[in-house]
Order: sequence, then structure tokens, then C-alpha cells
Amino acid sequence: MSVEEKMDSGRRQLLLATSVAGGAAAAATAVPFVASLTPSERAKAAGAPVEADVSKLAPGEMMTVEWQGKPVWILRRTEEMLATLKPLDDQLADPMSEKSIQPEYAKNEARSIKPEFLVTIGICTHLGCSPSQKFKIGAESGLGDAWPGGFLCPCHGSTFDLAARVYAGKPAPTNLEIPPHKYLADTKILIGDDGTA
Amino acid sequence: MTTKSQALLNWVDERFPLTSTWKAHLSEYYAPKNFNFWYFFGSLALMVLVIQIVTGIFLVMHYKPDASLNASGVPVAFAAVEYIMRDVPGGWLIRYMHSTGASAFFVVVYMHMFRGMLYGSYRKPRELIWLFGVGIFLALMAEAFMGYLLPWGQMSFWGAQVIVNLFSAIPVIGPDLALVIRGDFVVSDATLNRFFSFHVIAVPLVLIGLVLAHIVALHEVGSNNPDGVEIKKKKDANGIPLDGIPFHPYYTVKDIVGVVGFLFVFSAVLFFAPEGGGYFLEYNNFLPADPLVTPPHIAPVWYFTPFYSLLRAVTYPLFGLDAKFWGVIAMGAGVVIFAFLPWLDRSPVKSIRYKGPIFKTALVLFVIIFFILGYLGVQPPDNGGIKDRTTQICSVLYFAFFLLMPFYSKMDKCKAEPERVTS
Repeated sequence: MSVEEKMDSGRRQLLLATSVAGGAAAAATAVPFVASLTPSERAKAAGAPVEADVSKLAPGEMMTVEWQGKPVWILRRTEEMLATLKPLDDQLADPMSEKSIQPEYAKNEARSIKPEFLVTIGICTHLGCSPSQKFKIGAESGLGDAWPGGFLCPCHGSTFDLAARVYAGKPAPTNLEIPPHKYLADTKILIGDDGTA
Repeated sequence: MTTKSQALLNWVDERFPLTSTWKAHLSEYYAPKNFNFWYFFGSLALMVLVIQIVTGIFLVMHYKPDASLNASGVPVAFAAVEYIMRDVPGGWLIRYMHSTGASAFFVVVYMHMFRGMLYGSYRKPRELIWLFGVGIFLALMAEAFMGYLLPWGQMSFWGAQVIVNLFSAIPVIGPDLALVIRGDFVVSDATLNRFFSFHVIAVPLVLIGLVLAHIVALHEVGSNNPDGVEIKKKKDANGIPLDGIPFHPYYTVKDIVGVVGFLFVFSAVLFFAPEGGGYFLEYNNFLPADPLVTPPHIAPVWYFTPFYSLLRAVTYPLFGLDAKFWGVIAMGAGVVIFAFLPWLDRSPVKSIRYKGPIFKTALVLFVIIFFILGYLGVQPPDNGGIKDRTTQICSVLYFAFFLLMPFYSKMDKCKAEPERVTS
């Protein structure tokens, strides 16, 4: 105990103060290193809107365009396809798209501006795989006799209807995201910019 | 030894603890004399680490972490791996040694971990050795995962996409955390470059540090053995354990036999089945990464599949949090729970040789479950069918093995441990 009795408390305080100051400096130095891990200015700027021409898209067909490195699907739905949506409501996790992400103008039954064209980001809301087309109806699809057509995520088996709404009891929590978009002309869609922002 | 070389050694020893280190860790490190087959895997793991580092150094000389497209429209990173395979002299062999080495690393480490569970090597006083070991296992998983992105094939890309998105399931900080890991809003060139940096510098440094700590801690307390009795309890007049033999030359020579046996098998895979039937190198990874199309069936490489099954087993939301989040927790817990073994095992004996029927049954069941989960992890999900249900049942049993261990290991009828090692 004799060592403690002789302790110079002035020096001890100086030592503590120096350590605290040094620690703060070290922590501050970590800031640029952590900041360098976040998306760069170039990555942030890469989200420019893209134009899609849907004039050659036949009814029942789908095309994919790349926006912000992600697949954006444009599906031209037939009357029969649209008719499958309403009866599915009670099998879906979020039929009214309350929890899902979409612009206000796409928060409707068909999740689109014009019911004919579904524009959606083809990235599963579970873990980010891109679901595959399962447009064939019934047993032929391999998804059971009652399958009305839609999408199946190959990674963890989430299924979506033709308005990209997720079925209940599947790993994906919400419907596929609808990107901001607008019609520049009747058959020309601008994805990534709807004129609101 | 000639006087000149003795003089040189003395000169060094006065400045650096060369002779004393050699003695402490090799020529006068006394290991139990009854090591068996299972004790090969520690030294083999060290050898595979060396193979991975050496082959890795040479691969980096030719590889380019670049996701941009070259003149022929192929991602540069993907083309660099093809270049190594086709145009670099000996490149195919070095690359296959590295990719087969990754699988071999996990085979060897799983065997090494199973040895610890067989003979209670995690028990007091070896808890820290075990904890360093769990750290090595975690670092190894990170190393393997990030290395798998580098060939920039379809499985590289979508595997990384899924695993990074796992982090976004964490409440509050998740989405930002995933952004910081990726360095972009999608898996991209930024992700490829940072994974390359982690894979070749950061994680290997951590790995080597942990391996050193693992061995230093081991040599401090001494090795366990198949009987699970402490050889340090019975020493001769010189303070040397009666059942101990110097690691060098006895076990260096024995381990060379293990190395030769291992290299037979390793070379057979390397030269005749380097893709391991699609399990070591998945076929979809021979297609360049396409951010717009997910392959119809994606599965992790075999060594991750038991844990991937735990992830998929959780399909119900709990406490207002997504099933996805709990899946991540289950997968993480499935790995980290190994760290608690030293405190979960309440058996009066260490080795399986003297443990009772309950523990023996539990361990056999655990191994079977681990294999079933591993098998189911490569299968596509069947939407609540027999496979998904089996995954869920096996996942519950997986955790039950650990969480019920304090009870069943205590009530088990164990045999008495011998005073000294047998055979």
C-alpha cells in the first residue's frame, strides 16, 4: 500500500487528461476511415433516370431495364392477367400495399399508373434476389393447380402476383418496390423521375 | 555442434530468445503420448493456411478486382480469373489449389472442432484456446465469403447480395450497415474492391493473429488427449509429465504422416475433381455476374449450408420483427453458440470415452443433424413441404443439443476417469 500513499495525484490527473485527449484524437481519426466506406459521390450520382420504350412490348410480355444497377421490370398485362388480381386479396400479405414502398400514384389495386403497364423493381424484398417469371397458369407452372401467374423468387421461395404483391406466409415481408416513374408519351416511360422531386 | 555454429547461436540467443522458444514450443513441449487420428487436424489446418496464403500471394499477381466490362463485354475480374486459368503458366494449378484449399480448410477445421467435442478439449483450463478457435472459425467464414465474390460470377454476385442483405434485417441500423458494407446501393465495383482488400489483407492478418494466440494459449496449459486427463498431474523428478513426450521429434514426425495422407486426398481432388461435383466451385459461377438475373437455384458453398439452413428455418415473425431478422439471429447464434460449450458441458469427465450414454447419443444425433442441415441447405425450398419442415425440426434439435447440455451432461451416468492416460 505504500506505493499508493506516495502517489502523486497531480501527475495521475495529468496522465488521465492526456489519455482522454489522446483517445478522443484517435476516435476522431477513425471518422474519415468509416466515411470512406459509405457510397462515394460517383456512386450517389449514378442513379440517373432511364427511358424505356414500350411500343414493341406485346401484351403478356415483360422487358427489363437497368436503373441504379437494379433490374426494373415493365410488364404489359392483358385483361385476363388483370382479372387475376382482385380474387387474390385474402391470400396476400399486404394486398392494399399499406406497408410496401411505392409512389402515391401506384398505391392502387394494379399498383400502376396505367393498369396495363406494371413498372416494378425486380428485387425481392426478402434478401435481394431477382424473382423469375412464372406467367404460366396452373399445374404447368410447377406451382400448383391454382397458380394464377406471377413471380417466384428462386432463393427462398417467395411468390408474387401479377401486381408484384407478395403472398402471405412467405419470407418476403412486403410487395416489390415500385420506382418513381412517369409517362413521357403514350409508350415512353421515364424511370427514376416522376417530376415530384 | 561445431564450436563456430554454437558461438553464432549463443550470439543470437543473447539478443533474441531463439533456443528458448524452440524448446518451449517444440523440443521441450510435452504433449500426451496417446494422441490418435483426430489429432492430425490441428497441424493440417496450419498447413492449409500456409497453402492458402502462398497460392493467394501468387493469384493476386494476376487478378484484378474490377467489375467494369472489358472490350469484349466481360467483367474484368471474371476475365482475370479465366486468364489465370487459361493463359498464366501454372495458373490453373495455383487457382485450383486455392479454391480446393478453401474447401479443404473447412473439412479440416470441422474435423478439428469435432475432435474438441469428442474429448472435451474446450473444458477448463482450455476455455480460451476454444474461444480463440471459435474466433478463427468466424474469421475463416468471413474470409471464405469475401473470397467467393472475387471471381465475379453469378453465384459470387447473388451470394454476396443475399448475405449483405441479411445485415439490413437488423432493426434501426440495418439498412445503413448494409450500405457501408456494400459501399453502394447494390453489390458493385465498390463492393468487389473492398472485399478484395479484406480478403487479402485485413482478415488474413486477424486470422494469423488468432492462430498465434490459439497456439500460445495451448502451449501455456498443455494439450488435452483422448482420455481427457491432465498429464501435468503426474510428473517425474525433473518436472516432466510421466505421460508426456516432446512434441519434436515425436509429433512432428507423426504429423508428417498426416500431411502425406492429406496430400494424397487433396491432390486427388485437385487433379481429378477440382470443382468437387459443383460443391467446391458451383457451376453457375462459370457465368459472369449479371445484376439483372438471379440464377434459378442459388445455394451457398457446402461449408456454409448447415448455417444457411438455420437461416431458412425461421419463417414466423416474432415480437413485431420480421422473420428475416430472426433467421439472421438463428444463423449467427448457430455459429456463436459453439463459444459457450466450455460452460454448457457440466459433465464430471472430459472425454467421450468416459461420458455416459446420454451425451454419446446427443453427440451422434448432433452430427447427423449437422449433415442433414448441410444437405437441406443446398436444396431449393419447397414452400412448407417436407424439406422445410425437416429443416425446422433439425434446427430446433441443433439448438437443443447446446441449450439442454447443462442438464443432460449433469444427469448422465459417467464412468470414472483413469489416473493416467491409457494405451
